[in-house]
Amino acid sequence: MGMTVIEKILARAGGVEKVSPGELAVVNVDMTVILDMSFLHNVRREFLKLNDPDKTAVIYDHMVPAPDRNAAEAHGYGRAFVKRFGISRFHDVGPNQGICHTIIAENGYARPGTVLVCADSHTCAAGAFNCAARGVGFPDMVYAATTGKAWFQVGETIRYDLVGKLRPGVATKDVFLHIAGLYGDHANQNVEFGGPGLANLSIDARRTLATMGAELSAEFVTFEPDQILIDYMSGRTELPFEPAYADPDARYLARHTIDLDAITPQVALPDAVVNNSVSVDDIADQKIDQAFIGSCANGSLDDLAEAARVVAGRQVATGVRFIVTPGSQQIYRRALAAGYVQTLLDAGAVVTPATCGACFGGHMGLLGPNETCITASTRNFKGRMGDPSARIFMASPATVAASAIAGHIVHPDYAEGARS
Amino acid sequence: MNAGKVWTFGDNINTDLMLPGPMLYVSDEEQKNAVFAANRPGWAQIVEPGDVLVGGRNFGMGSSRPAARSLRNLKLRCLLAETINGLFFRNAVNFGFVALECPGVHAAFEEGETAEISIENWTVVNLERGTRLAIKPVPKQLLDLMTNGGVFPFLERSGLIAPVA
Ligand code: SF4
Repeated sequence: MGMTVIEKILARAGGVEKVSPGELAVVNVDMTVILDMSFLHNVRREFLKLNDPDKTAVIYDHMVPAPDRNAAEAHGYGRAFVKRFGISRFHDVGPNQGICHTIIAENGYARPGTVLVCADSHTCAAGAFNCAARGVGFPDMVYAATTGKAWFQVGETIRYDLVGKLRPGVATKDVFLHIAGLYGDHANQNVEFGGPGLANLSIDARRTLATMGAELSAEFVTFEPDQILIDYMSGRTELPFEPAYADPDARYLARHTIDLDAITPQVALPDAVVNNSVSVDDIADQKIDQAFIGSCANGSLDDLAEAARVVAGRQVATGVRFIVTPGSQQIYRRALAAGYVQTLLDAGAVVTPATCGACFGGHMGLLGPNETCITASTRNFKGRMGDPSARIFMASPATVAASAIAGHIVHPDYAEGARS
Repeated sequence: MNAGKVWTFGDNINTDLMLPGPMLYVSDEEQKNAVFAANRPGWAQIVEPGDVLVGGRNFGMGSSRPAARSLRNLKLRCLLAETINGLFFRNAVNFGFVALECPGVHAAFEEGETAEISIENWTVVNLERGTRLAIKPVPKQLLDLMTNGGVFPFLERSGLIAPVA
């Protein structure tokens, strides 16, 4: 019996012929990513050694620019840490900063066929690059950074074969909500995406899908390698890499086909992401106070382009706050050059610097008591974006942008005038 | 006796509920007092050392924040859940909080009943009803970490991180 993509990568990284579901794999880690949150005074531990500065990246994202004194102090501690251990992959507040998963993508830190760990749950985002990327806890991150190793319990793999092409106005966020609504969580399982439909999905679109794998509670999310991926990686890393392909006789716990043509705009209702999706038309007319586009899942250049396309020449509804947060400063600059930022600002959006920000209720766009928000980000848990009584609906950037214009949740076509 | 009073929680209990975002910056002590503040206000104030948490499916879903540390700091005896989220389980192992999967446990206990746990035999008994369930064994390497304070004492002994002053 052959191996799935993730089994292949873990076996290679563990220096063994084969790994199978149920085993404990101890592997060498190719890249450990440390976040600003890990330097907070109530979390951090003093490192006496670092395994390898060239296998370590430090990225500031959750608290950027420092919203309070705790964050500022943590940032200062981290800068000294970076200097002390001679870490060159450092993304401080400035031109090369952004949300860690976006920065990992832009800088080619997640090479196909390698292992990456980071103390953030959405690290599976880098699975889009055929990388075994796992969100671990702070202690695992310290363990990997100091020893160069990590352990994983090998789970079963569920395979999704994508076919066809998404219709205009429909995004991989909708594909995710469709999967989460239909198949529920994938706790302790791996998710593998492949199939001919992959050729019709940009890297940004794949990253949304991979990132949201964290909401399925998946162990690992991996994508089959293809030419689009290889092209994306070349020029982003000098280091060699060897993509991992699933064996033709790989064993999957289940195999599902997703017809991209058949996907329609979806919305997750408040408080849970899985088993909680409805068609956007079922919830239309729901009034909103805030619309948010951002996060590691939906702060890409594709996402900003889509938001700008939907709001172009229109105005955000009175009483609605429309907040847009690019995933990185590089995306911000590119969106500026492409005119997206101007279009969004003209429509009445507030465009913030790149940060996790409102996504986790950190800063720049929290919700007050009993408010309603529609978000293109990763999570809609109770209290996630501010007051626990606030209600958070989740959708694609196009649906969020259209809703910002309408003042209530609405199908993306609404803004095109195709509907009223 | 390795037994404790049971508190029951449902499916998909997430780490935002155990460690709310606004509490990320405060001390361990304050974090511990905020556990389940949104879904069960006041619980952290009445739960007692040695009590047992019983959960449903995918316990601990969500973010990587150190929610398991707060449960450990509440001095709970352990968590028994139908299934435990992989990321939460990692944090439980690494922070030294005993978290065990036990299919059927959610239906087998009412809140306030007493659970007697044996890790030697991988069983739990409902002392009021006399019913017994099997606990899913944890690999030895992970159990050792989980029951010996987690990964930090190991890293300290190895000279990789400094002990807390
Ligand atoms: S953008 Fe949101 S989900 Fe992504 S890393 Fe930041 S806080 Fe986590």
